[in-house]
Amino acid sequence: MAANPMYQFNVYRIGPEIKINNIDISFTNASLFMVISSLAILIIFNLGTKRSIIPNKIQLLSELSYSFISKMISDTAGSKAKPYFSFIFSLFMFVLFCNMFGMIPYSFTVTSHIIVTFVLAAFIFIGVTIIGFIKHGLGYLKLFVPSGVPMVLLPLIVVIEVISYLSRPISLSVRLFANMMAGHTMMKVFGGFVVSLGIVGGWLPLGFSVALTGLEILVAFLQAYVFAILTCIYLNDALNLHH
Amino acid sequence: MLKKVIFQSLALSFIFTFSAQSAESGGMPQLNPEFWISQIFWLILTFGLLFIILSKFILPKISNNLETRKSQILENIETADKQREETEKKVKEFDKIINDTKVEAKNFFNSERQKVLDNINDKRLSLEKDIEKEILKAEEEINQLKTTSQEKVTKIAIETSSDLVKQLIGEDINKSSLSAIVEDLSKKEMEKHNGI
Repeated sequence: MAANPMYQFNVYRIGPEIKINNIDISFTNASLFMVISSLAILIIFNLGTKRSIIPNKIQLLSELSYSFISKMISDTAGSKAKPYFSFIFSLFMFVLFCNMFGMIPYSFTVTSHIIVTFVLAAFIFIGVTIIGFIKHGLGYLKLFVPSGVPMVLLPLIVVIEVISYLSRPISLSVRLFANMMAGHTMMKVFGGFVVSLGIVGGWLPLGFSVALTGLEILVAFLQAYVFAILTCIYLNDALNLHH
Repeated sequence: MLKKVIFQSLALSFIFTFSAQSAESGGMPQLNPEFWISQIFWLILTFGLLFIILSKFILPKISNNLETRKSQILENIETADKQREETEKKVKEFDKIINDTKVEAKNFFNSERQKVLDNINDKRLSLEKDIEKEILKAEEEINQLKTTSQEKVTKIAIETSSDLVKQLIGEDINKSSLSAIVEDLSKKEMEKHNGI
């Protein structure tokens, strides 16, 4: 059973079954890693709030990530997105830490589950849409009508724009989920090859596995970054109506 | 854009067909809805708490730290600039003082040298005068001595010659005639001595 590359994504209950109104909300390994990631973020960034003019290492880390995300937001969504900084910061850190904790062997990757990424993406999508309608009223619908398009093509373009807008939460969630799942499955498959080929032929897949680990760490960071930056871009659409 | 949409719909259909098969083959645990509600619940709980704690307590502190550091650095730079300007001013003042003192010292030195030179001149002049006086005195004395010595010499000569004559002849000779002879001789000798 352990040789099945999909086995690592299994969710199982930890502790007793918790049911409210017949809905199962038991504490699972997924919940455990969400809690661990959140606690790790809180601990690291709380250690980084020491008031000193010359920062120590953890303080430097937290301040660098603060300015990194701050710069990312101001670059992509402008100064109007300042109030949403803490949300995007939490989002980026949560996704990054979940991805990174998933890189530890025998751990569980929270973001490799479509339901988790989809809830995040749907929340972002709904939030952005609400912000857009609050900021611009019905004028937000101009987002679907790009300027400078010939009248003949307009109906088609509008349809495409609407579909692309509505597919945002799906693309956002599937991108993260698929990347995580594919990477972890591949590592597991190569790990299985190492075991099945034994001491004679196992070296090549072992090398691949090591290389893939490096790649997956890169992907873990990159996907968190992409998730956050796409959120910024969607926010930018809602805040500064360019079309 | 269209490509993306097609790709996504394909991916979704792939996922859903996979989920249909997952029941019998184990398939993707992600599509087993058994723990979906639980995952959503815990995601909202943990992420919500994380967001609230970060935005209320931790991020303001970090931004505050960053801002205070920035302002402190700016302040320090400002004070450093001020102090540099001040030091430049002070250096200029110092240079001026040094120049002034140099000029003063030069003037003082010059005036003192003039004074010393004057003093030396005065002293030399007075000394020269004294020396001249002394010389004059000495010359006078010499002249006096010359005249007196001549008289004395003639006198001594007359006396010795009269004594010599007395011893040679044994009688006194008229002193006036002797003196006339001696004077005549001594005059001749003196003229010879003086190189006339």
